[in-house]
Amino acid sequence: MSTYARLASPADLQKVREASKSKIALRHYDRKDSDTRFQILICGGTGCTSSGSPAVRDAFLKAIEAHGLTGRVDVVTTGCHGLCELGPLVIVYPGGTFYIRVQAEDVDEIITTSLLGNGVVERLLFHGRTGKTPRKTYREMAFYNLQHRLVLRNCGRIDPEDIEEYIANGGYEGLVKAMELGPEAALEEVKKSGLRGRGGGGFPTGRKWELMRAATGSPKYVVCNADEGDPGAFMDRSVLEGDPHAVIEGMLIGAWCTGASHGYIYVRAEYPLAIKRLKVAIAQAEQMGLLGDHILGSDFSFELKIKEGAGAFVCGEETALIHSIEGKRGMPRPRPPFPANEGVWGKPTVLNNVETFANVAQIITGGSAAYTALGTEKSPGTKVFALTGKVRNTGLVEVPMGITMRQIIFDIGGGIKDDKKFKAVQIGGPSGACLPESLLDSPIDYDSLKSVGAMMGSGGLVVVDEETCMVDLARFFLTFTQAESCGKCTPCREGSKRMLEILERICQGKGKAGDIEDLEHLAHTMQQGALCALGQTAPNPVLSTLRFFRDEYEAHIRDKKCPAKACTNLLEYWIDPAKCIGCGMCARACPVNAISGEKRQPHVIDTAKCIKCGTCMAQCKKIQAISRR
Amino acid sequence: MSKTVTLTIDGQTVSAPAEATVWEAAKSAGIHIPNLCHHPMLRPEGACRVCVVEIKGARSLMASCVVKVAEGMEVNTHTPEVLETRKTIVELLLSNHPRDCLACARNGNCELQKLAADMGIRRIPYAYNRPPMPKDESNPSLVRDPAKCILCGRCVRVCSDVQGVSVYAFTGRGIHSVVSPAFHQGLDKVKCTFCGQCAKICPTGAITIKSDIDKALAALRDPDKIVMVQTAPSVRVGLSEALGGKAGDIVTGKMVAALRRLGFDKVFDTNWSADLTIMEEGHEFIHRVKDGGVLPMITSCSPGWVNFMELFYPELIPHFSTAKSPQAMFGTMLKTYYAQKAGMDPAKIVSVSIMPCTAKKFEAQRPEMQDSGYRDVDIVLTTVELSQMIRAAAINFDTLPDEQFDPLMGVGSGAGTIFGTTGGVMEAALRTAYEVMTGRGLEPLELAPIRGMEGIKEAELDINGTKVKVAVAHSLKNARAVCEAIKAGNPQGWHFIEIMACPGGCINGGGQPISLEADTPKLRQEALYRDDRNLPIRKSHENPEVQALYRDFLGEPNGHKAHELLHTHYQEQCRG
Repeated sequence: MSTYARLASPADLQKVREASKSKIALRHYDRKDSDTRFQILICGGTGCTSSGSPAVRDAFLKAIEAHGLTGRVDVVTTGCHGLCELGPLVIVYPGGTFYIRVQAEDVDEIITTSLLGNGVVERLLFHGRTGKTPRKTYREMAFYNLQHRLVLRNCGRIDPEDIEEYIANGGYEGLVKAMELGPEAALEEVKKSGLRGRGGGGFPTGRKWELMRAATGSPKYVVCNADEGDPGAFMDRSVLEGDPHAVIEGMLIGAWCTGASHGYIYVRAEYPLAIKRLKVAIAQAEQMGLLGDHILGSDFSFELKIKEGAGAFVCGEETALIHSIEGKRGMPRPRPPFPANEGVWGKPTVLNNVETFANVAQIITGGSAAYTALGTEKSPGTKVFALTGKVRNTGLVEVPMGITMRQIIFDIGGGIKDDKKFKAVQIGGPSGACLPESLLDSPIDYDSLKSVGAMMGSGGLVVVDEETCMVDLARFFLTFTQAESCGKCTPCREGSKRMLEILERICQGKGKAGDIEDLEHLAHTMQQGALCALGQTAPNPVLSTLRFFRDEYEAHIRDKKCPAKACTNLLEYWIDPAKCIGCGMCARACPVNAISGEKRQPHVIDTAKCIKCGTCMAQCKKIQAISRR
Repeated sequence: MSKTVTLTIDGQTVSAPAEATVWEAAKSAGIHIPNLCHHPMLRPEGACRVCVVEIKGARSLMASCVVKVAEGMEVNTHTPEVLETRKTIVELLLSNHPRDCLACARNGNCELQKLAADMGIRRIPYAYNRPPMPKDESNPSLVRDPAKCILCGRCVRVCSDVQGVSVYAFTGRGIHSVVSPAFHQGLDKVKCTFCGQCAKICPTGAITIKSDIDKALAALRDPDKIVMVQTAPSVRVGLSEALGGKAGDIVTGKMVAALRRLGFDKVFDTNWSADLTIMEEGHEFIHRVKDGGVLPMITSCSPGWVNFMELFYPELIPHFSTAKSPQAMFGTMLKTYYAQKAGMDPAKIVSVSIMPCTAKKFEAQRPEMQDSGYRDVDIVLTTVELSQMIRAAAINFDTLPDEQFDPLMGVGSGAGTIFGTTGGVMEAALRTAYEVMTGRGLEPLELAPIRGMEGIKEAELDINGTKVKVAVAHSLKNARAVCEAIKAGNPQGWHFIEIMACPGGCINGGGQPISLEADTPKLRQEALYRDDRNLPIRKSHENPEVQALYRDFLGEPNGHKAHELLHTHYQEQCRG
């Protein structure tokens, strides 16, 4: 790791900024034939790393040497671009040529075509929804065009392990400006921006900071909640991996505004890369005097530590998180007292999540007016979503608040995979709600979502198609929340288990009259009686599917049928005698010999023997004589 | 003066201190809000949610045990919504609770059972499907039946917050959460002091006193045995509560009568051996002061405290008084002195004690407790077990006459009786030590600075020109603070320290009747002070039966024979 000189003043920082600008100067779209210097940006996010980007990087380094390009081409590892499904991602600058699914054997061709010549390797480009139109850069892709990357602005564009690249791109300008403004004025700016907590609750950040500022007690703590626990969500991880300094700078500004001198980043241990990048970033910031005592030569001091969580969903709840930092079992406690008065070690503490902090420097640098121009009146700014499920382009997207679900799923996400029919989208993680097609055009902001019984949550979006059973989906999410209940309060511990038992029974075809009412009753008890938000919101998937897809529950209970044909206990495999050609492939493949029939005669499945594994149906792909019913 | 706020509860205007919870404010206004996880001894937790109420403006129902009152707050404690939610919560708890109430140790005084009865629950809507959980019967004092645990966390809090021992913790998540000692070990394998505060505070039968009733009944039925019983000071001010009486009742005479009707051959008073303890311990203290022995000297009559010290502070063993506890001294004297006087074969004597304490069961079976040549105390029954035996024998306690203890070991002084409360041993010791050292009676006899319920109390006494500094601590958390102070060089300059394991002392011991009222320990304490005031003899050294013992059998206090029979030693316990 390189070492960095300590900055004694904002002027020193400005000098570093000017000196570092050359590091990112080549990253533009204007490729000229005469270009002789290049930068190859390779995504080093968790997704691309697991699909092989380190090998691609090694191949580039070797090939650069082999082609005699040493000194003319830099290889830079960046954070996540969001299109994780298509990784490893490589961008060649200048020009910004965006290559997907790059493997080591593609490297020579990229160098020959894109560096030595001013061409593109067309087969490695993204080809859009139809698969026919190659897209050369970010700017031509709908996935990126509709996004507004504010929080993610540096992700995929800078080397997260080099503080100078962050500084070159305007990093720590927000901190300097906040220090110039003074704590009150800087806090006022955050208040005016209308920034709301991105962890799910949507509490106004400025107001939270104001409470903390007014609280008495010393020292005060700023805590970053990076315990992203929603299944399928990776917004915070990507920010930490791709732009850790944005979070650190946000925390610094938070500490400056609230009078805090100590901070923790509570990050789950399952995020080893994020932790590594954070450690590098903290060490570099400390070397530069941007963390620690006398920041930028001032009287402002802030010590930042990482606390690794051991993987409990409930530790995302702020009081449980505080207990966990203190080395206690991660169990929530009733509020008040709120952390602003009694937080870590009983001291005033402000907790915000990663994305919230990542917004702060931008607000101070650009001013609250610019920020409120984005998004809606009551939910200004952007929101990052992890778009997953049955959608064509899964990945990380950042959109202005107020955009509709339809735009995200169909315009950015490219619609439903395999041309299936959209059924619902689960927003807000395991405690969120399932919204049907009829609500696709409602805007995404805190209050609109609340009005339809959903919540913003931390930003998980799981899209499901016609083949997903909504009862089974509710069962899935409740399986998660009941297993993650801390066990402290009765409604959550016992209630979630009993709700799950009912859902399991319904999916197995053993539902009975009164089950729906029992579910609603238990859900209500949990909402009203549970101690923390985990228990109060755990019934949401059940309630929202009951609200929008009640007929599916009724079909399971009354008719013992699963309309989506997903619950195995409620379906049978059937050979259409009109279609079957009697080839016998299915019978040979059946692991339990449940299929019989004469040669070239229609076969039949003995449903008593059938274990519903689906092997026969896969065998009959061509003829399609076998179906579920 | 704390600030007072005004709020409305169920339409009634209520004034409460600003730091009060809604539950407390309601209670003070005569409004009962049912609860399970809360107990006045403990910091509120808000876990069980049985005490939920509606607070105007709140998004959901709130646990009244944790929500603080606020000016203008509007609370409703029994709207249909509140009642329905509470009932569902209790139904959920019952669903995963064993259905063997009729054969449970807590049948009739189980808080969960009472809630179910009060709420009129007639159907348990969900199937019992907890996996089998083994009972922990590893030790002589307590039985844990985790299947009956409703996870209220009271035991966790009393053990960590009040006692500072932290034997229990929550483990597992969600429906698999359990309260357990480390690594699911038996209590004998962890640093449990057997103080029994967990059993006394458990709302259900998940932690109970290990019953020795059957052993006692077997001895009483055996025609070859002479079964004799001693009764500890605080039993007489606790027993009545378990038999329909009220806190603070003194029922010494009825207790003696009941024991006779149960078949005990002789009924004696541990107050007598408390006086004996004072003679030994008081003289030991005088010797230590005069001869430059290890100071501060610390009392050793509370067996939970002895365990605590042996487990956590073995390096302080030299500070311990070597005098045995009153129970142990009594046991030794019964099978030596009394047997000799009465011409009995000590082998035929079954020595039973009635104690407010679960740790006494552990003390009685310590290997060194057989100086009489026999087991000094054979069977230890707690106050709760005695009340059970009285009920089982269908004895109408209320109508019993007051009877006297049997002679030779049946007279106790007021000093002996206050052994049952925090500060009492110290006060008793000083009444005697002061007089022995100065030749003058202590004036006033009642030492106000070490009375009451303060966690650590101090007093200073001028004895022949020497300022003697004493301290009194109760509950093990305070004991720990005292131990730390001694380890830090005793900056307070204490000479003599009394420590009792249980908060309030023996009156609130783990074997005493369960009470949900905050003022119960106080009422029992006042009863003992009253008992002291009303007794004809108030100083241990003036007890004629103790004087007779020294004259006829032991010789001098702290003499050779006394040392052989009435003193003990301690050693580090390695557990957990």
